[in-house]
Amino acid sequence: MKTFLTFMLALVLIAGCQNSNKKAGSSEEGGNRKLTAAGATFPLPFYNMVFRNYTKETNVQVTYGGVGSGGGIRSLKDQVVDFGATDAFLTDEQQKEMPAEVVHIPTCIGAVVIAYNLPGVNDLKLSNTLLEKIFLGEVTKWNDPLLKKDNPEVSFPDEAITVVYRSDGSGTTHIFSDFMSKISEKWTTQVGAGKSLKWPVGMGAKGNPGVAGTISQTPGTIGYIGSEFAFAQKIQTARVQNSTGEYILPDLASISAAARGNIPDDTRVMLTNSSDSASYPISGFTWIILYKEQAYKNRTTEQALATVKLLDWLVSEKAQGEAAKVHYAPLPADAVAKAKTVLRGITYNGEPLLK
Amino acid sequence: MPSSDKITKIVLSFAAILILMLAGGMIYSLVGGSVPTFRTFGLKFIFSGEWDPTEGKEAYGALAFIAGTLMTSIAALIISLPLSFSTSLFLGEYFRGTRIARILSLLVDLLAGIPSIVYGLWGFYVLRPLLTDMGLDNQGYGVFTASLILAVMIIPYATSLSNEIIAMVPNDLKEAAYSLGATRLEVIQTVTVPNARSGIIAGYILAFGRALGETMAVTMLIGNSNVVPSGFFSTGNTMASVIANQFGEAEGLKLSSLIAIGLLLFLITGIVNGIGKLIIKKMTS
Repeated sequence: MKTFLTFMLALVLIAGCQNSNKKAGSSEEGGNRKLTAAGATFPLPFYNMVFRNYTKETNVQVTYGGVGSGGGIRSLKDQVVDFGATDAFLTDEQQKEMPAEVVHIPTCIGAVVIAYNLPGVNDLKLSNTLLEKIFLGEVTKWNDPLLKKDNPEVSFPDEAITVVYRSDGSGTTHIFSDFMSKISEKWTTQVGAGKSLKWPVGMGAKGNPGVAGTISQTPGTIGYIGSEFAFAQKIQTARVQNSTGEYILPDLASISAAARGNIPDDTRVMLTNSSDSASYPISGFTWIILYKEQAYKNRTTEQALATVKLLDWLVSEKAQGEAAKVHYAPLPADAVAKAKTVLRGITYNGEPLLK
Repeated sequence: MPSSDKITKIVLSFAAILILMLAGGMIYSLVGGSVPTFRTFGLKFIFSGEWDPTEGKEAYGALAFIAGTLMTSIAALIISLPLSFSTSLFLGEYFRGTRIARILSLLVDLLAGIPSIVYGLWGFYVLRPLLTDMGLDNQGYGVFTASLILAVMIIPYATSLSNEIIAMVPNDLKEAAYSLGATRLEVIQTVTVPNARSGIIAGYILAFGRALGETMAVTMLIGNSNVVPSGFFSTGNTMASVIANQFGEAEGLKLSSLIAIGLLLFLITGIVNGIGKLIIKKMTS
């Protein structure tokens, strides 16, 4: 009897906790001037800044949780956020797993830069062949003749090359490996593309700060870092050969140039190895994802309208002009037009929300 | 009005049941979450060193992480053993009750309170460059560096329990040995250590358990390459470290495999504690 009583007590306590949770949730849903979103950490500094500005301008509160792209997709699937955010567009298969059709809105462009630590060397050109061979572990010394051939003016030390990669799953790894798969067949078969990989050589470090810290502390290392972090920290980067054969240093202009050219109407495209001759080749969109039909799970029209209005503002000149402040490249005009078309296709009970 | 005795009983049994429910819930979700992994790979999951998260050819095995965890933890225990054992003898026997012992004991306890990220940063910025400067290692990342930092981290756990047990050895016994003409070292060998044996071992088991689960400092130094380490100076990864690194973006089979690694870590910790209890039982009987 006694144990039964205590058990009941425990149950009541647990039930009590759940109840209070529900209450907290519903009071938030009551106000329609509050938007909740979650997803990729890569655009977090950009979103934090522009959403704060938006709140000042319109009094609409936007809460963005940087939980990672996977978490963003899960949150949208569970319908606990107004919109999600991801660095990798949903594959057709992932689309099918969602309860309803999801649309993608590109919000800005980022890149993956190649950082290295070679005392005395401050300009490094990396051809596609070199990148392939270094990251596959075929070129293992800095004084390899292949490196000499691309960089005749540099005197390389007789030191081992240590590759540093992201040990955590990351959109940065995804963009980098997507580019590698486009330039190297060997990479495609041996490693492939994805948020985390089976690396043939090297060592892992956690997050952009981990990789950047490891590289800056260890001579002889080379690795890849998200451009927003590298630019903010003024990290020295290598020139990478693009599809037209040019060696391009990553900066906001060359990253933005990657989005010039053919973008499909649903904007689901990897910008890596872009055909534009001025483009930095390891660039990529980051997207906001939301349901095309906004009338779901007791959503009010006001809530849906507030959501699309925010996104319409996010791709506007005003918000895009702010991107450079936090080291993201703005969308080129063509991409903005595509994003606006997608936004105009978002409906509430079949009626378009934006006119 | 129930008696205060009754209330105490209810509160205590409630607390006990809550712990049981927590542990039960943990096992339940670990087992539940790892079902897909064991269904796909079977027992091979434990004995395979392959960890390939690439879509289309996903293959997961825990051996690399089990090996990394055991290698770092055992090495850490061996490295810290002489340090912590002599510290506890110093504190509990030679300088018991003196001012210097009190200060030293305070410092050792302080070691336990340092956040692991601080150990990690110290290892990363100070210890690792020191090792490379000494020429012990090329880059300084790997099992050996991680073991060194772990060894420092577990000293307080191994020390504080055993020095208290050593201090608790009855004076009558020691005096008896002295009166028979034993030297101080002989007293320690024949009276103090045998009497305190179970407590000393319990302290080391606690320390070993701590080393098994340590995450942050290890992640920063071990190199995070998901392969079975080929030696003490090669890079590797541990169970706790791979979970911390990859859980955030994991889904599907990978998520399940990480949970399965969590389950294995749970089991290994359980087995280590079980063996420890057995040893203590054998030694005290």
